[in-house]
Amino acid sequence: MNITEILFWLLTVVALTGALLVVTSKNPVYSVLALIATFFAISGHYILLNAQFLAVVNLIVYAGAIMVLFLFVIMLMNLNTETEPQKNKWLKMAGTVAGGCLLLVLVAALREADSKSTIAMVNTGDTGLIQNLGKTLFNEYVIPFEISSVLFLSAMVGAVVLGKKE
Amino acid sequence: MIQLAIDLAFILEKAILIGGIITVSLVVAMYSTWAERKVAGFMQDRLGPNRAGPFGLLQPLADGLKLFMKEEIIPNASNKFLFILGPGLAMMTAMMTSAVIPWGKQIEIFGRTVDLQIADINIGILYIFAVLSMGVYGIMIGGWASNNKFSLLAALRGASQMISYELAMGLAIIALLMLTGSLSLKTIVEQQSAAGGWWNIFYQPLGFLIFIVCAFAECNRTPFDLPEAENELNFGYHQEYSSMKLGFYLFAEYINMFMSSVLMATLYFGGYDIPFVNDASLIESMGMNTVAILQGLSLFAKAAFFIFFFMWVRWTIPRFRYDQLMHLGWKVMIPLALINMLITGVIVLIKENGWPF
Repeated sequence: MNITEILFWLLTVVALTGALLVVTSKNPVYSVLALIATFFAISGHYILLNAQFLAVVNLIVYAGAIMVLFLFVIMLMNLNTETEPQKNKWLKMAGTVAGGCLLLVLVAALREADSKSTIAMVNTGDTGLIQNLGKTLFNEYVIPFEISSVLFLSAMVGAVVLGKKE
Repeated sequence: MIQLAIDLAFILEKAILIGGIITVSLVVAMYSTWAERKVAGFMQDRLGPNRAGPFGLLQPLADGLKLFMKEEIIPNASNKFLFILGPGLAMMTAMMTSAVIPWGKQIEIFGRTVDLQIADINIGILYIFAVLSMGVYGIMIGGWASNNKFSLLAALRGASQMISYELAMGLAIIALLMLTGSLSLKTIVEQQSAAGGWWNIFYQPLGFLIFIVCAFAECNRTPFDLPEAENELNFGYHQEYSSMKLGFYLFAEYINMFMSSVLMATLYFGGYDIPFVNDASLIESMGMNTVAILQGLSLFAKAAFFIFFFMWVRWTIPRFRYDQLMHLGWKVMIPLALINMLITGVIVLIKENGWPF
């Protein structure tokens, strides 16, 4: 086993444990922290694939900004284990069935996809480096890129309008 | 049996480097507490600590010992796990920045050429931003887990302050990156120390001003120390903490200060570049190792000046009100940074394509 493989298995264990803890822990603050750990592990996977930019942006945007807002809301509403409403048994059952259905659909959709034959380029590929990514984004995908920025702008204006409403 | 294929010498080299840098950062942070009180004493026309050792030099050790000896109190109604996790996170995120900073060029030991940088990743600055945005968690978790209204308020203040000033800081850095064309801190320093290269402060004075103001806010230093405003919030987010946990929070602030000083020196003041001297010719005449030490000292001298500047401001300028802080961040700093970015972009374009009119 070389160091990449060891790291891969370690990160996988952390990611899966974190993801399970998000769902199972009773305290919402623990859930958020477990989600942050999961994001870290996934960023580690990106780094193993040599996609450094993606890894760091994943940390800045998701773990650094969005999760802070989650934590803000949870702390201000003071959600604790005691205040957490206990759902009844049938609702939990329905949730499990719905989740299982989603899993089934995803597996069925990906079963025939040709991604099975492509092997991840661990530690070698350079498409994820910031230079190549920037060139691709601003040469080939410049219009979708700019349109998505307009989308963000409209979301921001919408938020301001909602916030200003007396 | 599975063979472990790991380059032991490489790991050893990095481990020694990490250990060395962490030790140096801790010692610098320790003596920053001493220097802060000496500077405060000087500014207020008194002596400052002078009992322990010559010039009070042993004062940090005495303070550390005091903090270790104090009783460890964990409030009954607090969340114990998160209460302990908070200071640890604050300390860890403070230390993590040091990984991408180049502390000198290269040294040669036992025939190995060792870069004086833990990791030269090509996204150095983005990594620093990622670590900075993690820094919020130490404060937020600590403040919330204490189960105290003042702590929670201070934690929310601190978090929103850091998020707000991160934006302006990022925009200031983008203007710098337009000029350097690289995110790697090593490349940025090499560009500045190359023969004929100028320090970035001459190209980006406004960017540096925005950066230093935001650095003050990120480190929660006066005039932006709203999270621990003692006349409004008692003691801020670490009110319930005692003993070394409190020590960790206080210490993390000084490490943050040291790291942002080093970062400012690296980005805008040539990093380990020795001023007025051509480093390349110096290496030929004095040997690689001596120059590396001199370069390290040069970086530390620049950082020491910025640390002094942090203290100077702390004992000179009173604290902002919270709405003034937010006004400054969102309505002054961000527009200024955007204008700076626009001007830099126009100049870069004209330099590349010539004057089109």
